[in-house]
Amino acid sequence: MKRRSLLATAGAALAAAPLARALADTVVGVTATEIKIGNIMPYSGPASAYGAIGHGHVAFFKRLNEQGGVGGRKVNFITLDDGYSPPKTVEQARRLVEQEQVAFLFNPLGTPNNSAIQKYMNQKKVPHIFLSTGADKWGDPEHFPWTMGWQPSYRTEAQIYAKYIMKNKPAAKVVVLYQNDDFGKDYLIGLKDGFGKDYAKYVLKEFSFEVTDATIDSQAVSMQATGADTIVTAATPKFAAQMIRKVADMNWKPLHFLTNVSASVGAVITPAGPEKAVGIITSAYAKDPTDPTWDKDAGMIEWRAFMKKYLPDADLTDGGYVFSYGVCTTLLQVLKQCGTDFSRENIIKQAASLKNLVVPTLLPGVIVSTSATNFHPIRQMQLSKWSGKTWELFGDIIEGTGA
Amino acid sequence: MDGLLHQLISGIASGGIYASVALALVMIYQATHHVNFAQGEMAMFSTYIALTLIQAGVPYWAAFCITVPISFAMGAVIQRVLMEPLAKAPILASVGVFIGLLLMFNSVAGWIFTYTLKPFPTPFGEGKPLFGGFISRHELGSTAITLVVLLSIWAFFRFTRLGLAMRAAAFNPVSSRLVGVPVNKMLALGWGLAASIGAIAGMMVAPVIFLDPNMMAGVLLYAFAGALLGGITNPLGAVIGGFIVGIIENLGGAYVVGTELKLTTALFIIVVVLTVKPAGLFGKTVVSRV
Amino acid sequence: MNPTLSRVFPWLFFAAAAVLPLLFASDYRLFQLTMVVVYAVAVLGLNLLTGYNGQVSLGNGAFYAIGAYTTAILMDKFGVPYWATLPFSALVCAGVGFLIGLPALRLGGMYLALTTFALAVATPQLLKYKLFEGWTGGVQGIVIDKPDAPFGLPLNPDQWLYLFCLLVGGVLFLAASNMVRGRIGRAMRAIRDQPTAAEAMGIDIAMFKTRTFATSALFTGISGSLGAITIQFVAPDAFGVPLSLTFFVGMVVGGGASIAGAIMGALFIQFVPNIAEEVSKAAPGAVYGLILIGFMFLLPGGLASLLRLLNGKRA
Repeated sequence: MKRRSLLATAGAALAAAPLARALADTVVGVTATEIKIGNIMPYSGPASAYGAIGHGHVAFFKRLNEQGGVGGRKVNFITLDDGYSPPKTVEQARRLVEQEQVAFLFNPLGTPNNSAIQKYMNQKKVPHIFLSTGADKWGDPEHFPWTMGWQPSYRTEAQIYAKYIMKNKPAAKVVVLYQNDDFGKDYLIGLKDGFGKDYAKYVLKEFSFEVTDATIDSQAVSMQATGADTIVTAATPKFAAQMIRKVADMNWKPLHFLTNVSASVGAVITPAGPEKAVGIITSAYAKDPTDPTWDKDAGMIEWRAFMKKYLPDADLTDGGYVFSYGVCTTLLQVLKQCGTDFSRENIIKQAASLKNLVVPTLLPGVIVSTSATNFHPIRQMQLSKWSGKTWELFGDIIEGTGA
Repeated sequence: MDGLLHQLISGIASGGIYASVALALVMIYQATHHVNFAQGEMAMFSTYIALTLIQAGVPYWAAFCITVPISFAMGAVIQRVLMEPLAKAPILASVGVFIGLLLMFNSVAGWIFTYTLKPFPTPFGEGKPLFGGFISRHELGSTAITLVVLLSIWAFFRFTRLGLAMRAAAFNPVSSRLVGVPVNKMLALGWGLAASIGAIAGMMVAPVIFLDPNMMAGVLLYAFAGALLGGITNPLGAVIGGFIVGIIENLGGAYVVGTELKLTTALFIIVVVLTVKPAGLFGKTVVSRV
Repeated sequence: MNPTLSRVFPWLFFAAAAVLPLLFASDYRLFQLTMVVVYAVAVLGLNLLTGYNGQVSLGNGAFYAIGAYTTAILMDKFGVPYWATLPFSALVCAGVGFLIGLPALRLGGMYLALTTFALAVATPQLLKYKLFEGWTGGVQGIVIDKPDAPFGLPLNPDQWLYLFCLLVGGVLFLAASNMVRGRIGRAMRAIRDQPTAAEAMGIDIAMFKTRTFATSALFTGISGSLGAITIQFVAPDAFGVPLSLTFFVGMVVGGGASIAGAIMGALFIQFVPNIAEEVSKAAPGAVYGLILIGFMFLLPGGLASLLRLLNGKRA
């Protein structure tokens, strides 16, 4: 399948839809028996921990195919490695779109990586949906009608903490520990949204660290010295665990808000010491596989049975698999809604027409909803507090602004 | 003033971590005149071996004592199988192998042991932290272990014939061979010792920063910095260098430039020190022959 | 090969590289080949410094980053056309390279290697620094536009970009090849192999070393500019240690002190990771590492040593 376009003018070539669709009413990436779906994950490189998500996807579609597929078709899931390097993401996206001719890209991982391909995907008019990143910018249908996120944005979560603090602890003196990258900075923006003009009144100081740092001890010491009584921690698991332990070791007892990225019992709380984390508040949208609260939960029983059969050697404490199951279930609903029309236009249209979808791995009450103007599928979260043994949900389901 | 004191203590605690890894780097440099970029990953891998043993029910110190010789064997085998055939090849080929090893150890560890963060036990008791919570028992204990290792290395190179032979083999392989030093055995021994020291460093670091396949990435840079500052030819210098880096990192980050430029500061200090004293603060300037 | 043929061969190769892909390669393959050209220039830049001059740098990714950002900022904030950013990028990088070359004079061997490694680690943090955020876009980076073919040439943007990069790369390769063949190249190698003797022969070591640093930075910086235009995106975390190590791997696999080796090294770093992930999704890094070690075993002098064998002479 070689497309020679020596005669095509440059502008036309950019906008040109792949030949396959121009020729006939055949739909790219879809045959009578198969739907081709592309995905990009960091199986190698610094973020290879997240490769688990991709392995989860592969298992999910294996099960789907064994059960007969969807819309009378089997899913041909092609997942490629980008080593978490944006140039490689561009290369792999082009391979999937131009060479493999996939119907759409599903759940590529990483904020910089998706930033690098967003423009390309929208120029090519290929759905770029349910991304593995919590940046806020993926829900912008006006400028990027082919791109859609999935999880609640980091910014929404930070707004929730800010609102909680203003309501319940109006005299709070807040310090923030954030990772100096797109993830950490989004929390700062969210806090600024949430506190609004009172930001300077509440927040004494922000402290950054690099993912390449060895420890955050120095930051913790400085944070305590400010005399603050409330912390917001936007850190990946390793540093979150260090922070929890250091705060307890310093005999500091602040009100501690922890990003849900690092709320895993198995990967953060247990290593840090469950007794040291008592009282920490996070906000959740999905069930934690390591939290005994969900031992008898139907959704998680379904997930465990799936894991046992399709990924018997996998680490069940790894939240990546739960995430994968949730996002794949969402996609399955989109494909079901497509009926038999798997054109790219219909796929993005159906992705933007999810109505109150209940996903087994999401918290009770958290639903997935989208519309033509709302490209933030999950906007709801619930606060929960670490009791020493489990996360105890409290308060109502909170709807983020989803702006 | 309290804050300053706390930052200082905290800096010494982190410095202890850097010092222990810096020591392993100096060891391999002394024994082979290479800096092994895979050192950190090998240490991480050894730590996983120790954790596997401990989880299988082996008591801590027994696991410790088993892991060290296993790591020794791992180092010696790598030297024998991978480095020895490349002895006459351009130095760049060795660096290529180091990078290859780094990628392999990291990837294989993730594959076998998964990427989930794991706690690693400490032999020094989980009890209440000392000095108002700014230094844990473990950090104190591990610093003591680092000093013991340092003393042993120093004594080994200074007082034993073997140590002398090793230094000779690394410094001038051709002449050493002529006077009857079994150079290849010495190099294998050097790799083994470096891997063992790396394993000890890994087991001392892991309780503080938790174990995962990327554990050493952050430590290694500061360990390099410590070794450079102190002088890569001098074990004591490297340990002091490690502590200095820990303290400067903490004080600089807290009071001078802020955390957003901490790494840049570390880089700047290395450059300044090395410009003034090219062999590090305590290193010997190597005079090379024409 | 006889001497005439080996003189002509590079030109034939260049001509084939310019024509064949345009006729036969899909846009996606052209994109990959464009990246090969970009990496080849970067590896060449590193090779001048480390392979020819013996100054081991593990931080050349920093120059690549500066080049990429110079281009991205000029295009995004000042509306400078993509081609016009290259001279700026060359100038900026050569300047920075010269300045870094000054303290590097004092650092020998491993000290220089480790210090430049620290430079690679610190690069992303510097790019994110809030003082520059207005220009660099902070952690979010900068998205730039893809250039169209000029003068109404009947080429699509991928084809044009490939030709453009190939042309720039070709000029740089020609310059490097002339440089290392002549007096300067002899001096560079003399400094690497026998510094004292070189000094005794009246070579100004300090001047040569800092200028080599500047030249290396210039090459790597232009490569970064081309990379930014090709990828249409720059972000700080793309320019850390892995990038610098990638260049180093490219140089080692291609062969130190070899012009042609830079191209072969670039092919390796572009395509071998794709092979590695075909072999194993579970641990592609391990496969890549294994292939790399295997290469070093079979060809410790790099792929260029194969060429030399074929040529039957020492380079």
